[in-house]
Amino acid sequence: MKQYVSVTAKFDPDGNILPLTINWDDGRVFDIDRITDVRYAASLKAGGAGIRYTCRIKQIEKYLFLEENRWFINNEKE
Amino acid sequence: MRTILHSDCNGFFASVECLYNPEFRDKPIAVCGDADKRHGIILAKNEIAKKFNIKTGEPIWQAQQKCPELVTAQAHYDRYVRFSKLCREIYSDYTDNIEPFGLDEAWLDVTGSTLLCGSGKEIAEEIRHRIKHELGITVSIGVSFNKIFAKLGSDYKKPDAVTVITKENYKDLVWKLKAEDLLYVGRATQKRLNQLGVFTIGDLATFPLELLRKNFGKWADILHSFSNGLDFSPVMKSDEVSAVKSIGNSTTAVRDLQNFEDAKIIFMVLSDSVCRRMREQGFKAKNVCISIRNTELFTITRQTKCERATNLTNDILKICLRLFKENYDFDKNIRSLGISVSDFVPDSISHQTSLFEDETNIMRLEQLDSTLDKIKNRFGSKSVRPAKLMFDRNLSGFSPKEEHTVHPVSYF
Repeated sequence: MKQYVSVTAKFDPDGNILPLTINWDDGRVFDIDRITDVRYAASLKAGGAGIRYTCRIKQIEKYLFLEENRWFINNEKE
Repeated sequence: MRTILHSDCNGFFASVECLYNPEFRDKPIAVCGDADKRHGIILAKNEIAKKFNIKTGEPIWQAQQKCPELVTAQAHYDRYVRFSKLCREIYSDYTDNIEPFGLDEAWLDVTGSTLLCGSGKEIAEEIRHRIKHELGITVSIGVSFNKIFAKLGSDYKKPDAVTVITKENYKDLVWKLKAEDLLYVGRATQKRLNQLGVFTIGDLATFPLELLRKNFGKWADILHSFSNGLDFSPVMKSDEVSAVKSIGNSTTAVRDLQNFEDAKIIFMVLSDSVCRRMREQGFKAKNVCISIRNTELFTITRQTKCERATNLTNDILKICLRLFKENYDFDKNIRSLGISVSDFVPDSISHQTSLFEDETNIMRLEQLDSTLDKIKNRFGSKSVRPAKLMFDRNLSGFSPKEEHTVHPVSYF
């Protein structure tokens, strides 16, 4: 099931949006250490399409999607 | 020689629903209208459902008889509009000559981009790949030297494919196709062509033009040129708004209409929407057409000329009701009604005043309509309504102007 998550993001003056932390429901906050790739992509696993950020969080790579104005995480790499 | 692409999103509505509901992906799925509002027909289906011979436009129950395990999904128009827009954004990376044909199809003239972006086939492959990965749906693209062959190319192999039709290979590819695959060969034309012994597009292309003219009049030349690849119509630029030729709305009522009063309520809502849209565009119409579909799904259309061009809601309504009374006697109840107006003149044009009509009254009515438009634009279509519509709020509770969706319009 697709689960939308809460994200803290930085909007720079050029209009770019960069996610900084992912905020879990239970109060845990995960810092995004690095963003290695940004592109438009579809998520076939979670079901949706939008801007895909390839994020490194504690040595693990995850896809974070910005779909219009909501964020979701793809649990498995496609 | 031009390079024209026709891109067609495969089972568009169904593909978008499959993307959002991964659990549907390997099941036969059909996107349907709202059965409770009696719009319960199949709007689109995926490839698996296609194998069960499920047709667009058939009622849900009929489709379920053909395929009991059919998954029916509700339509989400906001999603389709978003994906349609995203597709066009991808197309616009290659050309500004984009002519949409409904939400899911578009022609692209990439003649000017081939030096920069590669050949027509290369551009088509890139678009196909990008839409698949960026949007998660598939397209089939036809590449050719005219719009008609490009469209045939996108139908030739699907889903997720590119077909190139050139001046060298069109006789092998296009001419073998059935005549009814050609744009504007519908069921009636197909039947008459078959009677003449014309079964394929190749038969049509080589059929003597004189003989064709005798049977089809001016359409003969169009069919002849389409089948021979002699279509020179340009791909419209995306910012060019094509001239509006007609404005219409129709609806399937929430319940069957049993008498004249029921029909009048529907006509009041429809004429309000049609006339508001007409005034927005700055037109007056000289031709009014109504369509009536009874519970047996039998449809009649009747049209009439107006004495003077008009965009007054009341005028159009009166004409519709007169047409309706003259042509329908309620031997069967009615399922759906429609109004369309055409033969436009600009509303700014001066006109011959009538000797017998009260012109000041017409001006007052025009002012009334324009004031009502302002109120409705600000507070919604239902803010000011005729009291008659309050008798049956269920029946009058639709607003075609806001719920209006874009469908493919005529090729010409």
